[in-house]
Amino acid sequence: MSAEATIMNEHEHHGSHASPGFYWAIGAVLGVITAVEVAIFYIPALSGVLVPLLLVLSAAKFTLVVMFFMHLKFDSKIFSGLFLAGLVLATFMTVALIILFQVLPQYKV
Amino acid sequence: MADAATIAHDDHHYTSTGLPSWKVGFWAFIGSECLFFASLISTYMVYKGRSIVGPYPEEILNIPLTSISTFVLLMSSLAMVLALDGVQKGSRKLTLIWLGGVIVLGAGFLGFQVYEFNHFVHEGLTLGTNVFGSSFYVLTGFHGAHVTGGVIWMITLWIMAFRGKLTPADSLKVEIAGLYWHFVDIVWIAIFTLIYLIQ
Repeated sequence: MSAEATIMNEHEHHGSHASPGFYWAIGAVLGVITAVEVAIFYIPALSGVLVPLLLVLSAAKFTLVVMFFMHLKFDSKIFSGLFLAGLVLATFMTVALIILFQVLPQYKV
Repeated sequence: MADAATIAHDDHHYTSTGLPSWKVGFWAFIGSECLFFASLISTYMVYKGRSIVGPYPEEILNIPLTSISTFVLLMSSLAMVLALDGVQKGSRKLTLIWLGGVIVLGAGFLGFQVYEFNHFVHEGLTLGTNVFGSSFYVLTGFHGAHVTGGVIWMITLWIMAFRGKLTPADSLKVEIAGLYWHFVDIVWIAIFTLIYLIQ
């Protein structure tokens, strides 16, 4: 197989995504999750578990958009690596800063 | 022969991995943008609860209104993937409809943000009022600037489609614009939860 043909096969493989119906279903799920987030915000009985619940629901929306709308589920793992490198570093930085300036008493702002 | 002809017509450059260089570069850019927005979110979180004068977040943030604007932005992401699907299928009509949808929904989100900022200023919250005002306006303002850039990008693509200059061979252009748009959407997912819902 020539180099050009290999490139075209790669391109065609990564270009194949999901159907419009599937995208509509993902959109509906995202809408429902947002509605659930807002609903539980107003339920006093859930105030004790509100933060972890909201974080899980937010992570679910984040994952759905990244996997299916941004096509990381179907695309090359190289793209996932490039994105995750930044995301993991960003998460570590945020957690480290919060621990440093909100948790450790000697550094509290 | 057919492949060679297609490649000759395809003006995209490919890396040694066989992946389009534009797309590889853009994913690297998105990775760096994660750090940019994480620094702004971190600043907000570090100064959370440190304001010594009001207005405070719990007094001023409007959850029902922001829920609607969040829904609008999520639906714009749906319109974006459908626009990409339209381009890949070579349907000018679908491309124009869904790119138009992205533009309208994106402009709608910006309208909500302008209304919110205007309301907050009238309530006495400005960039210099307290640390909540400073960190909130910088974070959501930079996000709004990204959405504005995205809307302008979508308008240029819509004009290209209207002139018949957006063919299936150009789908990578729309895919990359889509990556940017979805990234702006996932940043808002994080902002909505961390700033508005977790008070």
